[in-house]
Amino acid sequence: MSTTPPRPRAIGLVAATLALLRKDLLIEWRTRARLNAIIFFALATLLMFSFALGPDTKLLEKNAGGYFWLAILFASVLALGESFRVESENACMDGVRLAPADARAIFLSKALGNTLLLTALGALLVPVMVALYGVRIVTSFMDLGLILLLGCLALSAPGTVYAAISSNARARDVLLPLLLFPLVIPALLSAAKATTLVLQGDPMNQFNSWLGLLGGFNLIYWGVGFVLFPRIIED
Amino acid sequence: MNKFIKWGLLVLALGLLGAGWWLGLAWAPPDREMGDVQRIMYVHVPLQWMAMLAMFINFVAAVAYLFKASWKLDSAAEASAEIGLVLGTAGMITGAIWGRPTWGVYWSWDPRLTSEAIMLVTYTGYLVLRRFVEDPEKRATWSAVVAIIGAINLPIVWFSVRWWRSLHQVQSSPRTVDPEMVLPLRVSAFGMLFITLFFMAVRYRQALAERQAEVALPDALPGDVPMSASHNPSKVA
Repeated sequence: MSTTPPRPRAIGLVAATLALLRKDLLIEWRTRARLNAIIFFALATLLMFSFALGPDTKLLEKNAGGYFWLAILFASVLALGESFRVESENACMDGVRLAPADARAIFLSKALGNTLLLTALGALLVPVMVALYGVRIVTSFMDLGLILLLGCLALSAPGTVYAAISSNARARDVLLPLLLFPLVIPALLSAAKATTLVLQGDPMNQFNSWLGLLGGFNLIYWGVGFVLFPRIIED
Repeated sequence: MNKFIKWGLLVLALGLLGAGWWLGLAWAPPDREMGDVQRIMYVHVPLQWMAMLAMFINFVAAVAYLFKASWKLDSAAEASAEIGLVLGTAGMITGAIWGRPTWGVYWSWDPRLTSEAIMLVTYTGYLVLRRFVEDPEKRATWSAVVAIIGAINLPIVWFSVRWWRSLHQVQSSPRTVDPEMVLPLRVSAFGMLFITLFFMAVRYRQALAERQAEVALPDALPGDVPMSASHNPSKVA
């Protein structure tokens, strides 16, 4: 009936998150700079552990879960820092902030993007770990996949908050690990323990308790990040 | 704060600490198992209690800052984190000195030691962040966020590490406290409390003065004292 032009609609949280995530993934797909960098970094880390320990296969096999997660943790520092460095070029962050969308969508999209990247990295590292450290997956691939996903989620939520802070501070390369490493100890501990159980069998049925801890950590930090993130990027 | 109250606090604190430590060294009985070594408890335990108190004040100030921005809350957060870190470090050193003769090692991966170490690293990161951000408003907001996230992590660390240890072996030292040991502990704890409050008051006023010097427009945040009031700093504290 009326001929007024359609007014711009405020976009919902989910739609905004998906749009931002799509943008980040597109940038990632076109350059592939971040994924390539962290893959080679993580591979080098896994390799370095075996050199640092010498050719003691028993020791490597026993600690494989821990080394696997340390490689992902070290690579995550690069990935997280880079995810906000992209936005600082050409003041892109200001553009994203000016969009009529919920600021929390930025947190969700960045954290989900980092999770996807780290999970992909972890999936690529599993066969390398199996080959280098001589382990085998005893319980099931499903368990390992679940732990990988939950662990990467747990690294990404606080990591995204801290990367947003440190990307604007001086000495950001020092600041991010300094803030992140002590924080993710519970997540790292439970992910490494659960991975070890997957690789060496779980006679005492402890897997689910570690999974529960990891899930609780995720709930807390995705919640806290979701609530507090808009305060970080406000200007 | 009134000058008399401030220096009175210091005198009271030193008096109580002196009395508490004298009681602890000379009056209280030696521990049955550990002997005289146990007397370090009257230094170690008050230090740790006050470190906890300072970290808790830091958390409260950070939450309050996010609800209502004010330089006073930011200064309180900075002061409490710094003092908590000093007290916690001193507590850890005294704990290590105590641990060597009783456990045979300076350090063990006991849940309490581990969570304490993580707490110290967390607040070191917090203070490093404060040094690395020049804009005072951003520094205040970001450090409040980091303080909250860090404080939430501490109970998780405590429980997760306890959980982890319980799967292996627990090296704990449950100590029941003799009534004759309670008095010196209590006196020295109050002494430590007053000296903490004294440090906090001094450091808070320094931090507030720094904020006021940094901010070009003193009224930039609501609820703050304007620059003109800074000639009367006793109102501020």
